[in-house]
Amino acid sequence: MSTQQTALKGTVKERAQLALNNDFLRQAVRFTTERLRSGKLKAAEEHGNWDEWRERGRQIRLHTIAHLDYYLGEFATNARENGVHVHFAATAQEAIQIGLAIAQAKEAKSAVKSKSMVTEEIHLNQALQSLGIEAIETDLGEYIIQLANEAPSHIIIPAIHKNRYQIAELLSEDAGEQLPPETSVLAGYVRKKLREKFLQADIGVTGCNFAIAETGSIVLFENEGNARMVSTVPKTQITFMGMERIIPSWADLEVMATLLPRSATGQKLTVYMSGISGPKRADDGDGPEEMHIIILDNGRSLQLGDPEFQELLNCIRCGACLNACPVYRHIGGHAYGGTYSGPIGAVLTPALKKNVAEWDDIANASSLCGACYEACPVKIPLHDMLVSLRRRKVEAGHGNALESAGMKGFAGVMSSSKVYHSTLKLGKLGQKLVVRDGGIPAKIGPLKGWNSHRIAPSIAKKLFRERYGELKAELGQQVKANAEVEQRMQQWLKGRQDGGISHE
Amino acid sequence: MRLFANYGIVLEFPNVQTCCGQPAYNSGYWEEAKAAAKTIISAFADSDFVITPSGSCAHMVHHYVEMFKDEPQWQEQARKLQGKMFEFSQFLVGVLGIKDLGAHFPHKVTYHPSCHGSRLLGVKSEPMELLRNVRGLEFVPLPFAEDCCGFGGTFAIKMADISGAMVSEKVDHLIETEAEVLVGLDMGCLMNIAGNLRYRNQPVRVMHLVELLYEGVSNSNEHAANGA
Repeated sequence: MSTQQTALKGTVKERAQLALNNDFLRQAVRFTTERLRSGKLKAAEEHGNWDEWRERGRQIRLHTIAHLDYYLGEFATNARENGVHVHFAATAQEAIQIGLAIAQAKEAKSAVKSKSMVTEEIHLNQALQSLGIEAIETDLGEYIIQLANEAPSHIIIPAIHKNRYQIAELLSEDAGEQLPPETSVLAGYVRKKLREKFLQADIGVTGCNFAIAETGSIVLFENEGNARMVSTVPKTQITFMGMERIIPSWADLEVMATLLPRSATGQKLTVYMSGISGPKRADDGDGPEEMHIIILDNGRSLQLGDPEFQELLNCIRCGACLNACPVYRHIGGHAYGGTYSGPIGAVLTPALKKNVAEWDDIANASSLCGACYEACPVKIPLHDMLVSLRRRKVEAGHGNALESAGMKGFAGVMSSSKVYHSTLKLGKLGQKLVVRDGGIPAKIGPLKGWNSHRIAPSIAKKLFRERYGELKAELGQQVKANAEVEQRMQQWLKGRQDGGISHE
Repeated sequence: MRLFANYGIVLEFPNVQTCCGQPAYNSGYWEEAKAAAKTIISAFADSDFVITPSGSCAHMVHHYVEMFKDEPQWQEQARKLQGKMFEFSQFLVGVLGIKDLGAHFPHKVTYHPSCHGSRLLGVKSEPMELLRNVRGLEFVPLPFAEDCCGFGGTFAIKMADISGAMVSEKVDHLIETEAEVLVGLDMGCLMNIAGNLRYRNQPVRVMHLVELLYEGVSNSNEHAANGA
């Protein structure tokens, strides 16, 4: 069974509950997201004009996605000219088949991998292992979660939910000896172990942060140097990329290289940034003899031409929305149930699927606070997309029956102020049974969840709409004309009439 | 109303209004949201300015234009309403240019910027300016102030435990400040925070900025009356 299927067990609420009851997880996630979030804010401020850079990034992404067919074509043509084998895969299954066929042709026994979300999306490791090919994650965080047999719980910090004591335990088991919970010792162990794996591997598997159309090159951002090893030591390299990773030119990369590391970790630049344009040439010192790029659709093209979701393809996978999200902060990544977690995952996972009925309820796991949009380096309106997902599910008739009935009632009450007022009056009467000291503490009916953490307020004895008449009559005699205030309002109205002043 | 009366403004309260429709809109029930929205659009068709003591409700009106995309007449009305809709402090500072009401409020106060008002509507400096000009007020910043309090409307009911974790953390930070009063601009968030404070038997007073300013102005008036 794939990790994604395992993770998707139960409802969002049940998975969230597991996380909420796990203090280790919550502390670990809070600690790291806070560090990343403050690092990002500092880096953005130091760089200056951050919103202008965001807008520039957004424009590049909007333009590229609007002309994706053109740029994909340009990329593929140029990459092929560089000697790369370029493959297109419509589904995860196709991508796996292409990848496995290459591995089988090479009679591969092992593959080393650098960090790649797209290979998590298609569950490549399980597929390789089913053919007896050892798949080894070489990013430290990915190595840890592979040992734990888990899926990444963060786009850039896969093991964010684990603390160093838990990590020391996992690595000790791997090493067959007790390792101290010291970061340098643990990293040293993995480094030594992976050296051998790099040297033995037949295949190097990478993801792709950006693909440059004008030269057919791929660009990898990393901090550990493992992606360099993966892309230079093994004889065959297979790069998996989502079809939307494209940007037109190296000049555009400057903007992305400004936005991505700062948004992800607060770094000005990652430790390594590699541009790879093809297999080893005659006078190159290293590099793969054969290079493949597998370009994956898997639901991405469904977003093209969709006014509500096309901007999803602008995502550069920095994870800033996860670090800013107050929901992610409390429930971590696994509760989202898919490969991608946090606000971007809550939208991307359902959007990549065709069938609305199968959409999970993750879109409801958001207070719509908009912190994700504010953090996003390319300004994707994720909070609006969450509402669109909810609406589409309701419109397709797959909403919750109880909620649907409730909302019909809402419309009935709210479409008439008379009914609304009578309902409030009825509420005042009804609440007499449950009000204690002006509040309602009882954990009953719809208040059960609310009152498990709060005491609900009661409806006022006299509603504002019932007091308004008297208040107006009373104030009518006291109102003192104020020339300055009057003038400012007139000015504003005149401006509005002229179309000049708008507060938006 | 009493505050505005001091500046020659009589607030009208059109009785036909109900709710802006946000609970239905956010849950995906746009048809139901439209039913509520129509009462708001009709209620304020003849008003020059519309003021609401909630940044979230004010911002909801910005969704009307899209909601009524298939009903051009309503859409036109919605566009007009959006242009004249203001959150309370936005109107006071932005339109009227009033930053100092002569209020006196000798308490330690902290402020929670509600997400929709500050992040989506862009009301950030206005409440701070108004608070800065209150005599005797000691302002203490709220740690992680911009983090959502966990209200989120129906979210607090549907995802009660996640919401509960969020409001508990918000209140932890609030208690850290040792403030006597928490002030805000949105009743939903304030009800949420006040509910958790009460659940935990914490004595912090939760006030809308309008309430704080009104009490502050009354304090000043009393002060003047006693002095005279």
